[in-house]
Amino acid sequence: MNMSSRAERSVVEGPRDGTSPVIPRDPSTALGMTTRLDGELLEVSMGPQHPSTHGVFRMNVALDGETVVKLKPVFGYLHRNHEKIGENTSYLGSMPYTDRLDYFCSLTNNWAYALSVEKLAGIEVPERAEYLRIILAELTRLQNHASLLGFLLSDMGAWGTPLMYAFREREKILDLFESLAGSRMMCDYMRFGGCRVDAGPDWIGRAKKVLDAFPRFLDEFEKLLVSNEIVIARTQHIGKLTADLAISAGITGPMLRASGVNYDLRKVDGYGFYPRFKFRVPLGDHGDTYDRLMMRVLEMRESIEILKQAFEQIPAGPVMNPKVKLRSFRPPVGEAYGRIEGPKGELGFYLISDGSSNPYRYRVRPPSFINLTILEDLCLGHTVADVMVILGSVDIVMGEVDR
Amino acid sequence: MESLEEIKTRVEAAVPGADISIIPNPGPANQPSLLIDNEHAPHVARFLRDDPALRLDHCSNVTGVDWLDRTVTKKVKVKKLVEGEEKEVEETHEEFFPGYLESVYHLYSMALKQGPVIIRMRTADRGEGARLPSLTPVYRSADFQEREIFDLYGIRFDGHPDLRRILMWDEFEDYPMRKDYREPDDYEYEPTPHDDVLEKAKQHYSTRPQLDGAEELTAQE
Repeated sequence: MNMSSRAERSVVEGPRDGTSPVIPRDPSTALGMTTRLDGELLEVSMGPQHPSTHGVFRMNVALDGETVVKLKPVFGYLHRNHEKIGENTSYLGSMPYTDRLDYFCSLTNNWAYALSVEKLAGIEVPERAEYLRIILAELTRLQNHASLLGFLLSDMGAWGTPLMYAFREREKILDLFESLAGSRMMCDYMRFGGCRVDAGPDWIGRAKKVLDAFPRFLDEFEKLLVSNEIVIARTQHIGKLTADLAISAGITGPMLRASGVNYDLRKVDGYGFYPRFKFRVPLGDHGDTYDRLMMRVLEMRESIEILKQAFEQIPAGPVMNPKVKLRSFRPPVGEAYGRIEGPKGELGFYLISDGSSNPYRYRVRPPSFINLTILEDLCLGHTVADVMVILGSVDIVMGEVDR
Repeated sequence: MESLEEIKTRVEAAVPGADISIIPNPGPANQPSLLIDNEHAPHVARFLRDDPALRLDHCSNVTGVDWLDRTVTKKVKVKKLVEGEEKEVEETHEEFFPGYLESVYHLYSMALKQGPVIIRMRTADRGEGARLPSLTPVYRSADFQEREIFDLYGIRFDGHPDLRRILMWDEFEDYPMRKDYREPDDYEYEPTPHDDVLEKAKQHYSTRPQLDGAEELTAQE
């Protein structure tokens, strides 16, 4: 791609002929320019092909020595206009395509979409299906957070080993998904008014076994993290996010709660049967990378609690509302916005129906896209190496960012 | 939380001159919205954010909607004098509604844990008049999402600090989420930033048959 024609080429203003630009340094603005002797800022295009950018994500960074003075995220390399495709497909036809948004958490994507359509058409969900949804969503949260921590440690230079530890656990959960839905990552499991197939008693038993083994992994992993000198040096006081900025910028999920804002949609909206479950919402104090990292560990512990209760309480019964006609599905005219607490934040779907078999408007509210809004604010004043760690702690998946 | 009517009266009292109407939502979701005039929208948004009873500090979702021009034909029975006799005659009336683009904001309160309040703004038309005031100065979270609307729908947001394309490349010419968007016939000629390809694309666009003309072409063949 010819970079010179792109607008964000001009990240650094100022003469490039070696003469020193006479720009006074103003500490209040990020672009107060430099006090370096040669008067040059270095402009680096990080990504899109970079192992630490978690996919095809690019950052145009202006550097003063090692310090970041400006950062502009560039994305769209994976853009396939998911929303347009959704408008040209039937309501049911979009369900498997939601798997491809955040391909780590296909089941929570399914749930958010199903929930929005159920709101749009006023569909009730059987009790067993609601429990299955909660079980699958919490399993998804476990495997997403575990692999995120692995990736983050990988970004910090602990190459391979912690990631493989996390993936070993994730593998067990993916096996569960595979035996239930037929696919490890692209599950396509939920339907408007329930779930596609029922889970047998055998599956529940196996899921319990996986869950029983999980705390041991978590204890071990936390021990590696919490007291590790390198992790502490690389993450504490790095990339601080204040609560005010987080609220204003629409940050959601573990990243928001790491800044100390108590806002968990499982508690606030109480969708599904979450009000029936006892669990706590962990909060951070500092809002730095370390807090964001530990937030995932603490959330995993709460997810384990929810899962234990769900396995005890899950009733027998049908998993699909028999009144819903999936094939010729035509919701009444109207619009609805439904949202759930996904592992990465608030995942919402906004649908407008004109009474036909396709949605008139199909919009995804992608949490990782909106969480990137403040990436520049987090990275300013830190070094290049920190940018990778901060980006890792935001937890993005490009399939969802670019759509 | 207060009902939408109460919010409407309070906003109208607080922001003099604001023209607000309630858009009903007939579906079971029961999420009606407030349509706000473009001139006062930033003031209204600021009021909704700062009002102690509402505190709608979380702008969750920002999105665009395209509504095309539409003509509604109605059959009306009219009494008329036909050959000296009064008869009931059926007449068809055509009513024309001009199209517009819309931006929708879903506001929630993190402080008071309530919501949503949905506000919308409408552009004058789908061409030159597709301009709206930006709410990014009020809600930082609208930053990328308004850029996305600009990119995919072509609504220009006045007052946005950094309005550029975000998902498509800068040289892209059309707005792909519009309902009348037509894909290029041949993706080989889709403009990429390379100069020679851009040159090719220019020729391609000039010879591109329009939506209606294309049907005629196939009929002739």
